[in-house]
Amino acid sequence: MRREPPQRALDYAPLIFPAGMLILFFVVPFATMIAVSFFQRQQGGFYEPAFVFDNYARFLSTFFAGVLGFSLTLAISVAVVCVVLGLPFTYLLSRMRRKTQVVWLVALLSILSLSEVIIGFAWSTLFSRTAGITNLLVMLGLMEKPVALMPNFGAVLTGMTYQALPYTVLVLYPALVRLDPTLTEAARTLGASPIRAFFTVVVPALRNTILATLIMVFIFALGSYLLPQILGRPQHWTLSVLITDQAIYQSNMPFAAAMAVLLVLVTLALVALTLMVGRKGETA
Amino acid sequence: MSGLILNSVTKEFGNFTAVDHVQLSVPHGTFVCMLGPSGCGKTTLLRMIAGLDLPTGGSIVLDGEDITAVPTHKRNLGMVFQSLALFPHLSVGENIAYPLRIRGVAREQQVKRVEELLAMIHLPGYADRPVTKLSGGQRQRVAIARALAISPKLFLLDEPLSALDAKLREAMQVELRKLQQQLGITTIVVTHDQREAMTMADTVVVMNGGKIRQAASPIEIYRRPADRFVADFIGSTNLMPLAVEGGRVTVLGQSVPGLTVPGGQASATVSVRPEDVHLAAPGEGRVTGRVTFIRDLGGVIETFVDIAGTEVIAVSTPRERPIVSVGQEVGIAIDPETAVVLTT
Repeated sequence: MRREPPQRALDYAPLIFPAGMLILFFVVPFATMIAVSFFQRQQGGFYEPAFVFDNYARFLSTFFAGVLGFSLTLAISVAVVCVVLGLPFTYLLSRMRRKTQVVWLVALLSILSLSEVIIGFAWSTLFSRTAGITNLLVMLGLMEKPVALMPNFGAVLTGMTYQALPYTVLVLYPALVRLDPTLTEAARTLGASPIRAFFTVVVPALRNTILATLIMVFIFALGSYLLPQILGRPQHWTLSVLITDQAIYQSNMPFAAAMAVLLVLVTLALVALTLMVGRKGETA
Repeated sequence: MSGLILNSVTKEFGNFTAVDHVQLSVPHGTFVCMLGPSGCGKTTLLRMIAGLDLPTGGSIVLDGEDITAVPTHKRNLGMVFQSLALFPHLSVGENIAYPLRIRGVAREQQVKRVEELLAMIHLPGYADRPVTKLSGGQRQRVAIARALAISPKLFLLDEPLSALDAKLREAMQVELRKLQQQLGITTIVVTHDQREAMTMADTVVVMNGGKIRQAASPIEIYRRPADRFVADFIGSTNLMPLAVEGGRVTVLGQSVPGLTVPGGQASATVSVRPEDVHLAAPGEGRVTGRVTFIRDLGGVIETFVDIAGTEVIAVSTPRERPIVSVGQEVGIAIDPETAVVLTT
């Protein structure tokens, strides 16, 4: 394989195609969106080129800032719940027999084939008063009468965790399989109970993987706009819901663009912060 | 009794018996090497002593206390793994201090103990280095220091030196033995390297097929192997069939006076180490053969002798060996003192 850096302009030729695709389908639309976010909206759903900060100014109202705050809280909650559930699960999975592992992984992957709409309505049925899981609890004598478990924050969180968990497991799985099983055995011979060995050896040894998984699930959850509408009340709607609302139903493209740009900026800032904290912990 | 006692310890995986009713008593302060080919059950036995695998039968008693059902982390032992299993996210000092931290030892005491241990393994001042930056030999020492941090009752090592190159391995064998004698700690090492076992052990336990074939001092294992397997596995040896015909013992059809077969069996095997095979002129009471090949290695000469289709190798120094050449007929005296008759 060639190791030296490219010498002539022609050596960069293989990059032309991917670079072109990236520019055409990513840079251009994103630049357009940034430009539109500064445009002036006109009555009747159109907008004209301008350079005004009205759209950003409007966002600073407490309502939209509140929605942004909620969206971030929800995404962080989903990320944390997914990792807290996914890490021990994947750890145990990686210690099982190969055959068992395959069965579990196939089952998890099959969740990915479900559309968000199906997941949303399935959970809304499960959480309903008339046909939901509380009916089972009543049958078992654990509850007095069936209740509705939605719409509320817990329902939104459950639905989104369900949707993101397969991704979490798939990202954690290779790292956990590669993790030397004698590390935990060594910790046990040195006096750590299995649970302590997990927290003092497995979790710290996988710090970077865990961090990457948190960021991935966080960004994944930030883009969700269907499940909050199906399983939550309006106060549980995320910024993505509002962006869709502004762009499609209110026909306010400049404001939708401004919100999208802000969401991207805040996300990037949070990811950068997480990585910085992660790096600091590493050198310490 | 203080020390470790294995009472009919058995481990079955489905139909396969990895460790078969092993009976062993290890007095306090002894250095034991478990030696055997791969798959002989030695590692499984060690893992059961450590509590990482549970025996399907029998019991393990340490200093008079039955520890068969005690979980690993409550056994207070030190173990060095083949992969060393140093924690990559911790520094050298943090790795060594790990068992102390887990037990809630005060911070100052941890630091003091780490310094002591680093001095013991000849790596003073290495506490803050990342383990990933160490050489193979250094990592080995750190793993040993970590296992010894709490001054455990039992020190277990699973093929600890197999990752090192030959020269370093020899040096570490001597160092490990010195360390063990200095600390007087009961130590069990699993190895497939017989040189390693001979260098370090007070007692060598030879295993095959999940069973202990012989447990004795290295020199006894070498001089008085219990059976064909041990004789063949430890060092190199010449195995020759032996028959008893009307009170007369013959080796390869030729009469050898002085040899006795226990138990009145009609046939057996005689094992003679190459250095105990002395070449002489053919004659009465000697087994006669023909020289087929001579390998002169300078310090020693190996002479290959064909006796009725069986190849016997004689190793001797140039001075003590009579001058023979390929094709020459020679006599081999089998000395009942050095020859071992094996009935199994």
